[in-house]
Amino acid sequence: MRAIGIVLAGGNSSRMRELSNKRAIAAMPIAGGYRSIDFVLSNMSNSHIQKVAVFTQYNAKSLNEHLNSSKWWDFGRKQGGLYVFTPTTTPENSYWYRGTLDAMAQNLNFLKSSHEPYVVIASGDGIYKMDYNKVLEYHIAKRADFTVVTADIAEPEDPSRFGVLTVDRDGRVTGFEEKPINAQTSTVSAGIYIVRRRLLIELIEKSMQEERYDFVKDILIRYKSVKKIYAYPIETYWSNISSVDAYYRTNMDFLKKDIRDYFFKQYPDVYSKVDDLPPAKYNVGAEVKNSLVSSGCIINGKVEDSILFKEVYVGNNCTIKNSIILNDVYIGDNTHIENCIVESRDTIRANTDYIAEDGDIRIVIEKNERYAL
Amino acid sequence: MIAMLLAGGQGSRLGVLTADVAKPAVAFGGKYRIIDFPLSNCINSGVDTVGVLTQYQPLRLNTHIGIGIPWDLDRNVGGVSILPPYEKSTSSEWYTGTANAIYQNLRYMEYYNPDYVLILGGDHIYKMDYEVMLDFHKANKADVTLATIPVPMEEASRFGVVITDENKQIQEFEEKPEHPRSNLASMGIYIFSWPVLREALIKLKDQPACDFGKHIIPYCHEKGNRIFAYEYNGYWKDVGTLGSYWESNMELIDLIPVFNLYEEFWKIYTKSDRIPPQYIASDAVVDKAIIGEASEIYGEVHNSVIGSGVTIEEGAIVRDSIIMSSTIVKAGTVIDKSIIAENVVIGENCKLGVGEEVPNIVKPDVYAFGLVTIGEDSVIPDGVQIGKNTAISGVTELSDYPDGILAGGETLIKVGDR
Repeated sequence: MRAIGIVLAGGNSSRMRELSNKRAIAAMPIAGGYRSIDFVLSNMSNSHIQKVAVFTQYNAKSLNEHLNSSKWWDFGRKQGGLYVFTPTTTPENSYWYRGTLDAMAQNLNFLKSSHEPYVVIASGDGIYKMDYNKVLEYHIAKRADFTVVTADIAEPEDPSRFGVLTVDRDGRVTGFEEKPINAQTSTVSAGIYIVRRRLLIELIEKSMQEERYDFVKDILIRYKSVKKIYAYPIETYWSNISSVDAYYRTNMDFLKKDIRDYFFKQYPDVYSKVDDLPPAKYNVGAEVKNSLVSSGCIINGKVEDSILFKEVYVGNNCTIKNSIILNDVYIGDNTHIENCIVESRDTIRANTDYIAEDGDIRIVIEKNERYAL
Repeated sequence: MIAMLLAGGQGSRLGVLTADVAKPAVAFGGKYRIIDFPLSNCINSGVDTVGVLTQYQPLRLNTHIGIGIPWDLDRNVGGVSILPPYEKSTSSEWYTGTANAIYQNLRYMEYYNPDYVLILGGDHIYKMDYEVMLDFHKANKADVTLATIPVPMEEASRFGVVITDENKQIQEFEEKPEHPRSNLASMGIYIFSWPVLREALIKLKDQPACDFGKHIIPYCHEKGNRIFAYEYNGYWKDVGTLGSYWESNMELIDLIPVFNLYEEFWKIYTKSDRIPPQYIASDAVVDKAIIGEASEIYGEVHNSVIGSGVTIEEGAIVRDSIIMSSTIVKAGTVIDKSIIAENVVIGENCKLGVGEEVPNIVKPDVYAFGLVTIGEDSVIPDGVQIGKNTAISGVTELSDYPDGILAGGETLIKVGDR
């Protein structure tokens, strides 16, 4: 491959509400068996990008646990590998990453010591499949300085939480606004960029002298009229999970057959860490309808239009509806959960109700003692 | 201590299930293979050097084990090694018996020069801490220790039983005795002090079909070696017949199974090919079942064990059955008490397991228990009915079924010599 990869996974968003207290967005569990970052890492691996850096900063415990071995995504070869860069202090620097560009600057050696001519930069909160080679071919054909992958979003998604672009007929980006109050178009940045490695190094060094630290704001937007920035529209499924609504919706999308088939059955595969859990078990009294169930679950009650992540225990006579139950949750008997996201490792007591109105999503965080029930 | 795992057997009593795979590689419990149990026991017991002796149809076994990553047996020193029979400068022979197979790999053991060697089989479902057995071996200053399990007295005549003194030292052996004097059955698991094993193997190297139970242990006994019986009291299931294989799978779906895979302690590891969750559709009914990753259930599943990547289409009903990975059961088909191996396609509106139970004509002792057994990569055409105690293997067509029926007791084998 002619490119190295950079995954931006340091972020957090207040739009994730309490869900982000526990982990960086890139570590959010998705579709029962995955974490958000699996999608970008699998795309990199399947595009034969062999050398990938992950920049983490915000609450990286879950993320580091997940990235405990690079073998899950078939990295960890003698050539290349998976590099996790958390901020460290050095004699020259005692700052956290002050922005995405600063993160690259603090690890400039990763860029300088590579020999691949291009860099694919992608965020860890996108759910999609993509062959980055296709984008790179486009980038080269257009003689672009930067290529930004764009997505066209529709209701109920809100463009004002994204970078919004105006693109001319040739695909060249003519306008680029970050999180505008009033978005002019529905074309948004998917958070995937391609740039020549030497140009990136040059711009990083210049920006550091000017004390500018954000890749989008200080490079893409600032240079948009002097550098050639092209847009590459993604035509297949793409979703960004950085708000509770989008996170819920993206997970629920996997209940649709076409989306499930696209991600689970069509080439190439999405990889993830293997957890060595037993198969899911359904006892008498289980009644599961239109739901995804992951390994290690034990079900004794009713589950409808929901997603159960790994190792969820559903007690007798429970009703779980329109809900997402994250990893390792214990739900006691006779409990009713509707329109909720239940945080991982929760213990829900028997005979309790957690019900949100349709259209609302309630986040349930219960730190009860599991074995004193 | 290093382990030598005997995984070369065919397991012919599993019929078409072991036509193309060695018995240790047969799927079990939704996502596992039988060999996962002894391999996981090894790593959980701290045994990190394991030689796996293969002979019969080793391809599936080799790809499953690989370099041992799922069991953490990819090691700088030790780890898992696959040991097939090999050509020698003066002679070439297959493994002719359990002890002969170990003898042919003397150099493997000499390379590690361990204090103790653990001999294991690859055809039982159990969780056992071999380290506890080793402590017992050491405490008794034993030369050989046999793992034994108490069995009901009336069944003892099916096993090799041992008679011990009050210190658990073995006085006598009885192989399948008519009137057993003890109910302690040998599990086919041995710990040898390495010099004792080495001496015995070399001494008996010319014994034809040299076997542990028949030759090595009696030899050690005669020589006056200290042989002890370690008593194991957990779950231990031989899955040597289709009946016991079916039964032990079914035991997993009890409300609280005797053999519990869901405990955090003593995990069973396996090579997982699939990550996606399973999908249960709006019209599906699933009660009392275990289901593997990435399966999609649109029909009904009752009292069954379903592997990973299985599709059960609309209106299909699966009862009291084992369905292994990647199999498709098409719409409207009803399956009762069947064992269906991997990658099988069952057509629409079939009925499996119908009619009266009649003994199988070709192999009445193998295809019994009222089961329908279908070998891997088989295809069953639309609309056929299949009776009990039957076996099917290969790509079958409607013309193979007179009047669309495979009567009870029939065997339909389309490819290869089975």
